[in-house]
Amino acid sequence: MAVCIAVIAKENYPLYIRSVPTENELKFHYTVHTSLDVVDEKISAMGKALVDQRELYLGLLYPTEDYKMFRKLHNSYTDIMCNPFYNPGDRIHSRAFDNMVNSMMMQVC
Amino acid sequence: MTPTQWDFPVELCCRPMAFVTLTGLDVVYNAVHRAVWDAFCANRRADRVPISFKVLPGDHEYPKCRTKRTSYEWYIPKGILKTGWMNKHLNLVPALVVVFYELDWDEPQWKEKQSECATRVEIVRQSLQGRNTKVAVVLIQKKTPLPPGEDVIASERASALCNACDLSGKSLFVLPHTDHLVGYIIRLENAFYEHAQTYYYTEIRRVKTHKEFLNKTTHQLLFVRHQFKIAFFSELKQDTQNALKNYRTAYNLVHELRAHETNMLEIKTMAGFINYKICRLCFQHNTPLDAIAQFRKHIDLCKKKIGSAELAFEHAAWMSKQFQAFGDLFDEAIKLGLTAIQTQNPGFYYQQAAYYAQERKQLASMLCNHDSSVIYPNPDPLETQTGVLDFYGQRPWRQGILSFDLSDPEKEKMGILSLQLKEKNVLHSELIITLLSNAVAQFKKYKCPRMKSHLMVQMGEEYYYAKDYAKALKLLDYVMCEYRSEGWWTLLTSILTTALKCSYLMAQLKDYITYSLELLGRASTLKEDQKSRIEKNLIKVLMNESPDPEPDCDAAAVKASQKLWADRVSLAGSNVFTIEVQDFIPFVQCKAKFLAPSFHVDVPVQFDVYLRADCPHPIRFSKLCISFNNQDYNQYCVVEEAYQKSDILEQSSQGTMCLVPGKTRKFTFKFVAKTEDVGKKIEITSVDLILGSESGRCVILNWRGGGGDAASSQEALQAARSFRRRPKLPDNEVHWDSLTVQASTMIISRVPNISVQLRHEPPALTNEMYCLIVTVQSHEETVAKDVKLTAGLKPGQDANLTQKTQVTLRGTDTCDDSFPALLPDIPVGDLQPGQKLEKPIYIRCGTVGARMFLVYVSYLINTVVEGKEILCKCHRDETVTIETVFPFDVAVKFVSTKLEHLDRVFADIPFLLMTDILSASPWPLTIVTSQLQLSASMTPVDQLESYVENVVLQTGESASECFCLRCPPVTNASGVATGCYIISWKRSSPVESVPVVNTVITLPHVIVESIPLHVNADLPSFGRVRESLPVRYHLQNKTNLVQDVEVSVEPSDAFMFSGLKQIRLRILPGTQQEMLYNFYPLMAGYQQLPSLHVNLLRFPNFTNQLLRRFIPTHIFVKVRLWEVPCV
Repeated sequence: MAVCIAVIAKENYPLYIRSVPTENELKFHYTVHTSLDVVDEKISAMGKALVDQRELYLGLLYPTEDYKMFRKLHNSYTDIMCNPFYNPGDRIHSRAFDNMVNSMMMQVC
Repeated sequence: MTPTQWDFPVELCCRPMAFVTLTGLDVVYNAVHRAVWDAFCANRRADRVPISFKVLPGDHEYPKCRTKRTSYEWYIPKGILKTGWMNKHLNLVPALVVVFYELDWDEPQWKEKQSECATRVEIVRQSLQGRNTKVAVVLIQKKTPLPPGEDVIASERASALCNACDLSGKSLFVLPHTDHLVGYIIRLENAFYEHAQTYYYTEIRRVKTHKEFLNKTTHQLLFVRHQFKIAFFSELKQDTQNALKNYRTAYNLVHELRAHETNMLEIKTMAGFINYKICRLCFQHNTPLDAIAQFRKHIDLCKKKIGSAELAFEHAAWMSKQFQAFGDLFDEAIKLGLTAIQTQNPGFYYQQAAYYAQERKQLASMLCNHDSSVIYPNPDPLETQTGVLDFYGQRPWRQGILSFDLSDPEKEKMGILSLQLKEKNVLHSELIITLLSNAVAQFKKYKCPRMKSHLMVQMGEEYYYAKDYAKALKLLDYVMCEYRSEGWWTLLTSILTTALKCSYLMAQLKDYITYSLELLGRASTLKEDQKSRIEKNLIKVLMNESPDPEPDCDAAAVKASQKLWADRVSLAGSNVFTIEVQDFIPFVQCKAKFLAPSFHVDVPVQFDVYLRADCPHPIRFSKLCISFNNQDYNQYCVVEEAYQKSDILEQSSQGTMCLVPGKTRKFTFKFVAKTEDVGKKIEITSVDLILGSESGRCVILNWRGGGGDAASSQEALQAARSFRRRPKLPDNEVHWDSLTVQASTMIISRVPNISVQLRHEPPALTNEMYCLIVTVQSHEETVAKDVKLTAGLKPGQDANLTQKTQVTLRGTDTCDDSFPALLPDIPVGDLQPGQKLEKPIYIRCGTVGARMFLVYVSYLINTVVEGKEILCKCHRDETVTIETVFPFDVAVKFVSTKLEHLDRVFADIPFLLMTDILSASPWPLTIVTSQLQLSASMTPVDQLESYVENVVLQTGESASECFCLRCPPVTNASGVATGCYIISWKRSSPVESVPVVNTVITLPHVIVESIPLHVNADLPSFGRVRESLPVRYHLQNKTNLVQDVEVSVEPSDAFMFSGLKQIRLRILPGTQQEMLYNFYPLMAGYQQLPSLHVNLLRFPNFTNQLLRRFIPTHIFVKVRLWEVPCV
């Protein structure tokens, strides 16, 4: 299930962020932003432990996430990056990505 | 803060300790008793047994024990746990009462004393009627007791006393008042502790026996109560494992209770208490995960148990307290050594507590918004007779009523109303802020900067709701930059919106303007209509009017602020605000760009300033000015337009001083750089854009450097990465993203219009006066004035080169070491247009190797730039690398008169010195002369004259000389200085009359050896067949001794000879012996002479080998004259 999906640039700003109940958007933005604390910590720990660098899934930030969902999202993100007209670092505006995110959110409702 | 309804009672939160009372101690007037009491209670460290002591008089009345119930059949409990119960067992009912009594074993009035003691014990027993409390007696004695068994009287009297007091022997103690008081006291309290444990054990047993009488229908509450009591007694007994077990059982039982709206609060209160105890014990047992699991379970079970909807805020308050208490427990455990992690730390619990506190506030504002006419009910339904509740968690107006039906709905209504009215007065924001700041402190500790920021935003918002706008603004302003730097525009906009409200309500002009600027900017995610409203407000502020209030502000606060704004308007002065924009993202963007990275001083410096507004409506500005590191230029770079106040809202975009949204405006500036700035950097230090006017309010937007704000560096990076083709724009417009800031430029000197040429013949030869001809020709159109030439070794090379290089303008004399390596600023005068000037420079290089030489010509010239005449300094430089080589190689060798190589010479015997000059120069050399300067120890055999005078050597050619020398005997064995060889030379090239160079070559040392006998032969240069050939051998004694010499001549096939064939003779010191032979050659050709052998008896080392060096071995024999065939 997903109520909010975000793609964050490596400089920690959001490339894409969308949540289902739009009235509570701000709260989700804050949640995503605060969860970056854990991401930061996990990434810095990864450098030390020399774990498999190809494994991009950091694991659970909060105990509600799903690995399959990550793969799906990541594949879609990869597609965007492969688009020659996309400039890495720009905010994402893509209908295909929107649709995919919608489908992931649909599963809840 | 006074404890509220929701705070846990102290008796729940403390660590339960066995309660022991001490009687018979007069701690006020009796010093001994005082000392005893001090020993009990002072400095109780962790290693002492956990007992709480209390001194009470002997006749103290303990709480009465109710008569024991024999049957529970008709008993219906009125609640779960009485409010006084925990306190009673912690502080009122002792586990042990100790009677102190001063009595020595040898007391003369023993009988009387014994009975008095028994009476005291009896009084205590009376007061404890029905309780299992133990009694013990301590005899305070003056004498040190004898070892057990030795004092017969003591044991007798002890057993007598025990009998009299009805005590077991274990309950009678003796406390000698001697030096080791503390030691005795520790032993005593250990014994007390054992008694106390027994007491609590029996209490647990007692409670357990009740269980049998209970039934599940009517006594459900008692199950919880008893289980809680057992657990609490276990804690008093310090049996925490069992306590935990029993609390867990109690917790499960609480949730089995039939719950209804009327008793929900009681159930939750007890569940909260028991949960607190369980978590506390789990942390104490160092099983934090159990504590967390229990707490989660507790929250899951209770989350939905809201109870009365009209009092829903109570549930939120209760939830908040649960989280807060758990956070406190967690934090305490960490202080005692537990380690927490980023994702599991007390901060989360404080945050949740704050969340529920916020919910409580919301619910309260919804449920308690009674009209002010509603008055608090009288009589107060919250008053009880005793002032306290009988049972935890019950309603004061219906205590002990277990029925779920409300017998008196009116009373219930009043009760709820009074609770609601009370809630109305609670300072919720204060509670929320306290919890949030607790959470902030925790998240700071566990490396969660963003969580910390988020909570600080919440704190700021809470301060805003609490109308403490100054604090709100301070917090929001503090965290704003975090969100700005990470590019979370939605969050930044939300924070800015609140901050704008705060600044409006406080009428803080500068803050209001700053936040407006950013909310209008490109980072703001506000809708157009909002932006439009803000822009209009901003324009009002600029015109020194009051802005419209921000939406959703408290009406009373708006009223107050309107008055503040009105005051501001009337207030004169301080209406200029400088806002430094690089730390935020204003709605005007600026980029300044020099057209080139460098400008020649004789062309005007040009740069553009691009401005772009992101606000919804066009905006006018009054002035644009640029500041430079050299402030003299500031005056040339100002755009100013006076405009009428009424024009400001005019929608025309015609004016140059108007920024149209989405359009890039370009301003071009031009100025002439000062000649002093040649070689310096001109930097834009700031760009100031002035909005508003002096008459109204003036806002100076100040960009440091050439523009750019908090977001521009990231934008520039993205623009640089982008491959996107930008749509074509009209010629006079540019794409904002494609513009880059260029805030500095170099001023470089005017391009010189002269040529400098160097003429020379490399390589240079060591020590010669090398000629470098510099030709300067002017191509200027006017006179080049004050031409100066700098020539010589380029600075910055090896320091040794400076020592070994000399430069001069005079080539006729050889210069010495005092000459400089660089000739600076040689005045040459003026150069007319087209004039050419030649200047020879002479360089002397003392060592071989490559050197860089610099020729630098500078001059002054007048030019006109932009109608302004300036005097420019121009210069041109040339460098040249010149290799220096040796002109020739000189080889020197010593040979004997027979031209054989010598590694040493013999004293007094002539030898030859041969010199060989091999030209290494690519140019022909003329050897002017050469000269041999001998040292004192050498003497020439004949005239020393040069054989190479005026010899010209081409490359690779060599010239040799030979000198015959003699060395008198010396005592020095190591070697003798020969002298030096001076070659005077110059280049053969007919350039100038260059001076002759004298090259001095130090000749090698030679080893001189003396020999005892010198033999030299005196013979013609050739012989003829069958013609007599006289040979005279001279044997010279070179020693101070008389020499015995054996001389013999070995015959040769080619000769016949006459003379002494073998002889032995003596030669006196310093004299010589002559031996004459007549050789008669028999054969023609190069023939071996009969060899002379000399044997010195005193010097066996003197061999014929040595002799061969001096005398010839062969001679050329010619044929007889008449035998020569006739031609």
